[in-house]
Formats: sequence, structure tokens, C-alpha cells
Amino acid sequence: MTEHSEVLNQGETHAAHVHRDDEGSKMAMWLFLFTELLLFGGLFLLYGAYRFEYADGFKVAAAEMNSFIGAVNTIILLTSSLSVALSIAAMQRNQKKLALAMLWFTILCGIGFLINKYFEWSHEIHNGVYPGGPGLENMSNGEVLYFGLYYVMTGLHGLHVIIGLIFISFIMVFIARDKITSTNFQKLENAGLYWHLVDVIWIFLFPLFYLLH
Amino acid sequence: MANGSLANEVSYLEYEGKHKGIMGWLLSVDHKRIGLMYLMGIMIFFFVAMTLGVLMRLEMLTPGETIMKPSTYNSVFTLHGVIMVFLFIIPAIPAVFGNFMLPIQIGAKDVAFPRLNLFSWYLYMAGAILAIVSLFVGGGAADTGWTFYVPYSIRSAQNVTMTTMAAFVLGFSSIVTGLNFVVTIHRLRAPGMTWFRMPLFVWGLYATSWIQVLATPVIGITLALIMLERFMGIGVFDPALGGDPILYQHLFWIYSHPAVYIMILPAMGVVSEILPTFARKDIFGYKQIAISSLGIALIGYLVWGHHMFVSGMSDTSRIVFSLLTFLVAIPTGVKIFNWVATLYKGSIKFSAPLYYVLGFIFIFSIGGLTGLVLGALATDIHVTDTYFVVAHFHYVMFGGMGIMFFATMHYWFPKVFGKMYNEKLAVIACTVIIIGFNLLYFPFFIMGYMGMPRRYYDYLPQFQGWHILSTVGSWILVSGIVFMFGNLLYALLRGPKASMNPWGGTTLEWKVPSPPPLENFDEIPIVTGGPYVHDKSTYIMHPSKEGINANGAVKTVNQEAAL
Amino acid sequence: MSEQTQTAELTTGQAHASGHGDEHAAGHGHMVSYGTYFIVWLGLVALTAITVTIAGIHLGSLTLIAAMLIAAVKTTLVGYHFMHIKYDNVIIKVFILVCLVIFLTFWILTFSDLSFR
Repeated sequence: MTEHSEVLNQGETHAAHVHRDDEGSKMAMWLFLFTELLLFGGLFLLYGAYRFEYADGFKVAAAEMNSFIGAVNTIILLTSSLSVALSIAAMQRNQKKLALAMLWFTILCGIGFLINKYFEWSHEIHNGVYPGGPGLENMSNGEVLYFGLYYVMTGLHGLHVIIGLIFISFIMVFIARDKITSTNFQKLENAGLYWHLVDVIWIFLFPLFYLLH
Repeated sequence: MANGSLANEVSYLEYEGKHKGIMGWLLSVDHKRIGLMYLMGIMIFFFVAMTLGVLMRLEMLTPGETIMKPSTYNSVFTLHGVIMVFLFIIPAIPAVFGNFMLPIQIGAKDVAFPRLNLFSWYLYMAGAILAIVSLFVGGGAADTGWTFYVPYSIRSAQNVTMTTMAAFVLGFSSIVTGLNFVVTIHRLRAPGMTWFRMPLFVWGLYATSWIQVLATPVIGITLALIMLERFMGIGVFDPALGGDPILYQHLFWIYSHPAVYIMILPAMGVVSEILPTFARKDIFGYKQIAISSLGIALIGYLVWGHHMFVSGMSDTSRIVFSLLTFLVAIPTGVKIFNWVATLYKGSIKFSAPLYYVLGFIFIFSIGGLTGLVLGALATDIHVTDTYFVVAHFHYVMFGGMGIMFFATMHYWFPKVFGKMYNEKLAVIACTVIIIGFNLLYFPFFIMGYMGMPRRYYDYLPQFQGWHILSTVGSWILVSGIVFMFGNLLYALLRGPKASMNPWGGTTLEWKVPSPPPLENFDEIPIVTGGPYVHDKSTYIMHPSKEGINANGAVKTVNQEAAL
Repeated sequence: MSEQTQTAELTTGQAHASGHGDEHAAGHGHMVSYGTYFIVWLGLVALTAITVTIAGIHLGSLTLIAAMLIAAVKTTLVGYHFMHIKYDNVIIKVFILVCLVIFLTFWILTFSDLSFR
């Protein structure tokens, strides 16, 4: 509201500068999500190409994956997506505390996801399964490529989880300081969009890397 | 913004805000100042890359070693390509003149995200510094060619990682600019500025921005993978580990072919600005030109495979890509014919920008038609990796985008700096440049057809005559360019003051003072007609002074548009 | 509450007279109930369970197709409800479509090479 009244007070001349454009902000966020989608898109394309070429090697390699941890992580991310959505709904209803609580929950989910990932990776690295590692020496080309892509794609995804957590932390500070309110919450909405994108990418990574039997 | 009205009494060049002196530029979020900061960077890197190019031509003056070793030659052509493509051709027109003119042409006070705009300049400079530093540290400058083809880029002992990192950062800068422009064009058009009342330069930028957003991430991940291959050996492109080098080429060209249109579309946009101004006539086929920009952008996504005809791609794929490549000629032809038709029966005023445009149409037509030779499978195999290809892309890139960048500088120079240059000298420089250009690159077509391979520092004696001709051409071209910049620089320091509208242009930037004030407009104007109407004004510059209620006017304008 | 938002929109619209004031905060007026979100989440979890189960059955090449279809359905659910595409302006929907079509083109053209080599 404050920004709106500013616009009114200062008259028409400077509207373009002061004017808050939620729709434009959302549009920019979507365009940014497209760039993220295509960033991962290149990797998905590589995955598709190599899976096409080395179908058997991929199956052998995927057999070593623990699909239970993958499924747990999927549920964690889906739940965190729910809590972000609920946080926006709470913000709309001016329930600041609930909105903050939901974001705290989201952050916990994100950290839980990363901890799972950490154990998963360290288990594999312990077994020598990493690019250039001893575990890959006797493997076929398909398996080596599978693990190469596995590390790059889940690694890049993990990086996005971390960025998302930082993004959400900033948003929580804004909410606590009343910079984000029930009438001015596009920033929260954008953080939500980002977090959902991270979720969507995982929705595809999960079956591609864990459910190949 | 309390000082808004005060700010509009002085130009953006003189305005002093919170920060003075150099910081007033480095921290400025004004789109005009950011545009000029890009211009500074781009000019420096253009001269660096041009010098590298001249050195290459010198090396080719005689067979065998002339001035450099073969490995140095490899690094020189790589850096010439990387700097020209990523630091000059891609950002030059959108980041300099797009930034400067886009908000003014659509009647806005700035781009949608001014701070993001400044951030993209810093990214550009960071990438540029990485590229320059990579010359001097590590095992020597990258020697892979600007395409970084695997497996050589994985194995090369030279400093490839840093150069790819530079390209990665520059790509990010390009994405941010594109994103900003798309939102700006969607959200900040002045009342009455409907899509088909936008200047064609804005259409060109719009199409360009979409390519920047929807193609650049692919090169980002591809280059990141090269770095990971070098550090960790993940194997995705390394044939020794089962990777497929052709997939690298696919991913590289998925971006880099559309990037060709990032380079040329804004230049084509400026052609469509200059022609109606100097022909004193509305542009012929406005809608066709506008739509063909989007058409070129769209088809640009479908043709990347024509860079890979001899890479070992499947035959089906080669035929499909060859066929799709021919489609690009259609929207390009639409533009060329409409431009020529605009000149027909116009009251043409010959002036330096128009000379450049005419040069552009001539050179670009040669470049475009030889592109068809390369797009056809059979002829392509004969000339692949020869000087013919080099000639083709210099005709479309330098002859297309480069010449139009010079045209753009002359066309908007009075608006940007508020000074006028010496017209006669500018025309002489233009003539010298176009003669030098053709002398330099036309022999490439002949040599390429005769079988002179590209990227060799040596050649058979029978090519020497053509090489000498070409090297002499490079001297003429460079002296023309230096002369042109000298003329502009002199005008900047000593030139007479330029009027608000020296060319009789009809778009919005000619309705504001030269140089424009900080916030461009005292009041957001109202648009009542198309961009190239010469006999009446289609803008209401001070709606409130003329007693027009902004809201009411919006309604009538919308009603008009609806009717 | 929604009235308040609307008045805010109106005043902004008048103040800057840019003609798109009506789009301003377009997605904001819609209050989605907490319950709806929970139902969507339940659907997502159920689909995850289904995809894990299907992967256990040996269906040959159908496994991949089934997994991708389920992932697509899940993405649609997340996009449509959690990301509020349902309430977005047409222009955002068009943007998303353009992006997906171009991404699909990359796949088709790349596989025009891979599958005929």
C-alpha cells in the first residue's frame, strides 16, 4: 500500500520509475525459469542421447542406486513445495506467522534433502564410484557415462537447492521486516516459483536415475 | 525520485546524482549511461580483436612463417574469434544502442529492471577481463578456435578452461540483458504504443532477446561440461570414455546458430530505422518486416545442423537440416525486398548512415547468397573448412552486423552525444571501409573455392597473389575504420552542437532533446499512430499540458485500435 | 481484503495510466484454499508411489514411457496449482508454451541425427 500511495502523491510524471509492476516481476521470473529449464535441458538431452546409445550400461549402473533414498527425497521435495505454496496462501490471508512457519519448514525439508544427498554421494565415493575413481575402471562406457551424468545432474540440482534455500532465507527476512505483505508479496511468489522449478527438475531426475530396472 | 523534474533540466551526460565523477557512471542505473559504458568496453575489445585480425593477415602475407609461430597463430585466431563473437558482435548493438534507444523508442523512462541492467554490464566486464587474462596465464592462450570443439578442447594443454569460463560469464550477461528487454517491451510501452506501432528496431531487439533467453543457457551448460571434463573427466564428451564428440557439436550449435541471429537481427532493425528516415517515406511492408524478425528468430532454432554436415551426422539429419536452412532465406528475402521497396520513389537524402546501409545491403546479399551455397549439402562438402566459409561469415557478420554497427553509430551519434560529425569525412571513411572490406574478404571466396583451408598459418605458393591482395585490403579497411573513429572522436570533442532532430526522424528518440535528459521525457507521451509517419506527428509529448487527460486519451486510443 | 487489493489496483492504474493497470497483481486476487493444496500434494505423493511400483514391474520399454508420463502429470500438477499457472495471464501461458515447443524441437532435431546414424 505504501508504494501505491507514493505513486499517487508524486503524481503521474515519475510513475514509470516508482511504479511496482508485479506482473512484470513475475514475467521476469518465468523467463529466468526458462533459462534454468534449458540449462538442465541440455543435460537431459545428453542423458537421452546416451541412454539411447547405451541402454544396457545405464540399466546395470542404475541397479546400484538406492531407490528408497531417491523416493524419500522425492517426497521431501514435494512436501516442501506444498509448504511454499501454503506460505503464499497464508501471506495472502495476512497470516504472517503461519507464512514464516511454512518457510521454516521448507528450509528444513531442503536441508533434509541435502543431508540425504550427502550420505548417498559419500557412500558412492567411498566405493570409488566417481569420475576418474577406481570403482569406474572396470565398468563399461555406458556405466561410466551414467555416473558422469548422475554426478553432474544431481550436483547441479543440489546447487539449485542451496540457491533456493538462500533465496527463501532472504524472503523470510523481508517478511519479518514487513517488506512483504498481504498486498505486496510478488517476491515471495517468485521464490516459490523458483523452488517449484527445483522440485519439477527432481521429479524428472528421480525416475531417470533411480527407477531404471 | 523527488528530484525528477530537476533532473530533466540537464542531459543525462551532465546530470549529477548521488555519486559524482566516475562513480556517477559506474554506479549509474540509467539505461543511457549503461549503454555508453557498454560502448566503451565494446570499442576497446573491438580494437583488440581487430589488431589480432590484422596480425593474422600479416602472417598470411608470405607462405611459411612470416611474423609468428604456428601455435601462436592458433591462439591468435581463437582469441580473435572469441573476442569478436562474444565481446563485440553479440552485445554491440543490443547492449549499446538497445539499452540506449529501446526505452526512449517505446516511451519509457528506463528499462524494467535498471539495477539488473547495471549488473549485466558488470558481468560483461568480468567475462571480458577473464578472456583477456586467459591470454597471459596458464599454459598460454586457448588454441581450439572459438568453437571449443572436443576432444581437442579437453586435451589441449593451453588455458582453455579460463576462456570457456569467460564465454560462460558473458553468456549470463547476455541472458540478463535479453530478459530485461523482453519484460521492458511487454510492460513499459507508452499508452497507445501498440505492438504494431513499435519502431522496427524494437521488434528486432524483441526477437533477439527471446533468442538470448531461450538459447544461451544451452551454451552455458555445454561450456560448463567442458570445464568439468577438463577437471574431473566425467566422460560425457570424451570418446575415450564413451562420450560422443558430435553431441558436443549439437549442443554448441543449438546455441551458436541462433546466436548468429542475435548478431544480425538488431542490425536489421537499425536498417529499418535508417531507411524510412533518409527516404522520407513510411517503411514499405511494416508488418512483414516485424513478423519476419520473429520468423528469422524461430527458424534460427531449427537449422544448427548445417554447421555439422561433414561431422558424421546421419544422412537423414543432414537432409532435414539442409532443407530447413533454405527456409531462412524467405524471411531474410522479405526484409531485403521491403527495404529496397522503401527506397523506391522516396525523397532520398544521401547521408553517411544511408551510405552504410546501402553498403550493408550489397555486402549482406553476397553473404546471404553464399550462405545458400553452404546450406546445400553437395556444394558444402566441397568448401567446408575452407576460406569460403570464412569469407561467408565475415560477409554476414562483419559486413552485416559490423557495417551496421558503424551505421548505427553515425545515425544516433547526434542523439547520444548531442554533437554533429563532419558529414563529408564520414562518407569518405564509409567508402574506404566498404572498398577495403571487399578487397579483404572477396579473395577468400576464390581461395576457398580453390581449396585454401581455414585456420592454417601456411599455404601453397599458388595462393600467394590472393593472400597479398587480401592483406592489402586489410590495411585499407583498418585505415578506414581508424579514420571513421577519428572523425567521430573529433566530433565528440570539437563538433558543433546537434539539433534535436538533425535527420528528420519520426520515432520517439527524435522528439526528445539531444542528448536526452535523465528521465527521457517530462511526461510519458501518448502515441497516436505508426512509427514512420512523416507528414504529421503521431505523438502527444505533453499530454497534461495539452489538456488531455491521460486516462481518457488511453481509452480513445484503445478504441481507435479496436476499431 | 480482495476489495482492498482491487482499490489499490485501480488507483495505481489511474496514477500511471499505462493501460495495463488492470493486469496488475492479476494472480493476487485468487485465494486458493489450504485444502486444495493438500489434495494436490496427496495426488503428487500417490503418483510417486505409482511410479515406484510400476518401475518394479518388468514392462520393457514401456517402463520409461510410463515413468515419463507420470513425471509429466506431476509437473503439470505442480505448475498448474503450486506455480499458479491456472491463474496467470494468457501471455505467461504462451511464454511457457513457446519455451516447451523450442525445447521439444531440440530433442526432435537431435534425434533426427542419433536415431538414423
